[in-house]
Amino acid sequence: MIPNPQNVQGIVDAMALSEVKGRSLWADARTRFLRNKAATVSLVLLIFVAAFALFGSLIAQWERDFVDFTLIGSNAYKGVPSLETGHYFGTDNNGRDLYARVVQGTGISLMVGMVGAMVAVVVGTLYGATAGYFGGRLDGIMMRIVDVLMSIPFMFVLILMLVIFGRSITMLFIGIGLISWLDMARIARGQTLTIKNKEFVEVAVATGVHPIKIILRHIVPNLLGIVIVYATLLVPNMIIFESFISFLGLGVQEPNTSLGALINEGAGSMQYGTLWQIGFPLFFFVVTIFAFFFVGDGLRDALDPKDR
Amino acid sequence: MFSFVARRLAVAVPTLLILVVISFVLMYAAPGGPFNSERPLPPEVLANIQAKYGLDDPFWKQIVNYVVGVVTQFDFGPSFQYKSRSVNDIIAQGFPVTLTIGFWSFVVAVTAGVSLGIAAAIKQNSWLDYMAVGISIGAQVLPNFVMAPILLLTFTLWLGWLPGGGWNGGQWQHLIMPVVALSTSYMASIARITRSSMLEVLNTNFIRTAQAKGLPMRRVIWKHAMKPAMLPVLSYLGPAFVGMITGSVVIDSFFSTGGIGTFFVNSAFNRDYSVMMGITILVGALTIIFNLLVDVLYAWIDPKIRY
Repeated sequence: MIPNPQNVQGIVDAMALSEVKGRSLWADARTRFLRNKAATVSLVLLIFVAAFALFGSLIAQWERDFVDFTLIGSNAYKGVPSLETGHYFGTDNNGRDLYARVVQGTGISLMVGMVGAMVAVVVGTLYGATAGYFGGRLDGIMMRIVDVLMSIPFMFVLILMLVIFGRSITMLFIGIGLISWLDMARIARGQTLTIKNKEFVEVAVATGVHPIKIILRHIVPNLLGIVIVYATLLVPNMIIFESFISFLGLGVQEPNTSLGALINEGAGSMQYGTLWQIGFPLFFFVVTIFAFFFVGDGLRDALDPKDR
Repeated sequence: MFSFVARRLAVAVPTLLILVVISFVLMYAAPGGPFNSERPLPPEVLANIQAKYGLDDPFWKQIVNYVVGVVTQFDFGPSFQYKSRSVNDIIAQGFPVTLTIGFWSFVVAVTAGVSLGIAAAIKQNSWLDYMAVGISIGAQVLPNFVMAPILLLTFTLWLGWLPGGGWNGGQWQHLIMPVVALSTSYMASIARITRSSMLEVLNTNFIRTAQAKGLPMRRVIWKHAMKPAMLPVLSYLGPAFVGMITGSVVIDSFFSTGGIGTFFVNSAFNRDYSVMMGITILVGALTIIFNLLVDVLYAWIDPKIRY
């Protein structure tokens, strides 16, 4: 039977129409993530908070370290948040504009979280993947080191370091970098153990690919999903960590500030009726932490559906 | 089992030694000695003081003396700031307070967290479940340094029910806010872990068998589901303990309860290194011992783990 050219054309058209568009893992994950309302809303909130930290200073009417001496002592009624005076969030106890300070504090807190997560992703993943891939004695030694470091009370050691080498943001970053990768290394190692027995790794080994290249090209990309999830969940923990130290007055130093330091200042003066001084930093702190947790949760559901 | 404990100890002891050495090296590397003041002391006086504290010895001798003192006699040396007191005096004064707060916070976090988690798991998708999940999500963003001001604001400033701080020999009114502030976020985490692991266990075959035998629900939960469901909780207790000890630093300075946290923060501001080191090592030792206990308990409860 000779097919009618028109029919053939019709079949081809129909096939073209019904052809399923391939979906990558990432596209799949994106749909799943966007279906999660809490996570989507949190992502939008996070973008707002980040924009606030980045561009908030553009609409600030006062410098963050400008001390308005006329306000000192009469903060409770003159320093209230108002649009007219330009102190959108009121002033702090020293007569400084709280809005500009919250902008800066949010920025520092976000930066601390990001640095912690970056170190965790780079160092932790490579460390864990190396330990897991090579296995044996090397694995034993490397993981024992992680165990030892994990059982040291880092908050205390970090405070000791901050006191000895001077309190500075750099020191804080070093301290946070030192601990943030430990958990990630464990997670990456565990995941590597399951990946390294897969066929594609076997093929790579059989064709003589260098182990370092196997780790970078074949293992690490497959860890990426779980690494992103835990990095997102790590950010709020790092922010809490930094805020804890700044709350004690041992972290970020004046005139710089962070949300923890602002909460501390606000808590110290709340019996004088200046509740906005704790309210605004607390609001941004809680929103940021909340949003990161929900985004992390959403990402976990999207990228790692097995794990509940 | 015995060899497992021995092997864990073999890791724990070097860890502690490393901690001692790290803190000592940090202190030694610190710029400026504890006796450098605004007005420099006459050289003879300084030399005398340094000889008294053994600071003129070579590095290796100092570190050996320190380690030996710590290990054999629990002697952390003299405080550099409070001239007449030793670090041990300071720890002896502050530690009971920290221990009391820590103990009650731990008890509250575990009992409340586990009961909330189990209740939520049994009545999954009921209002109780939603409430438990809501609380545990909400409490996660309320670490102790956020909880403390909120509690103080509510119960002392607005309602005036509880004293705003102080210790007063550990009266319950003075204990209640520190304990709540310290335990809330851990209670939330424990509740979440309990809920999810209990849900998982309740869906297993041996639970269905137990139910099919006609056992009452209470017996199924307590006799069969409890043990496997508690394993993830148990492994969380180590980090929770560390977090509570660390958190007590904030609690102490916020509620002025006078635990070791207050001394730690004060010595951090005064550069009183020996007190800081003493407290760091003490906390480190506690952490390591506690983790060891949790590991041993874990191995004892879970027959699947073979060491």
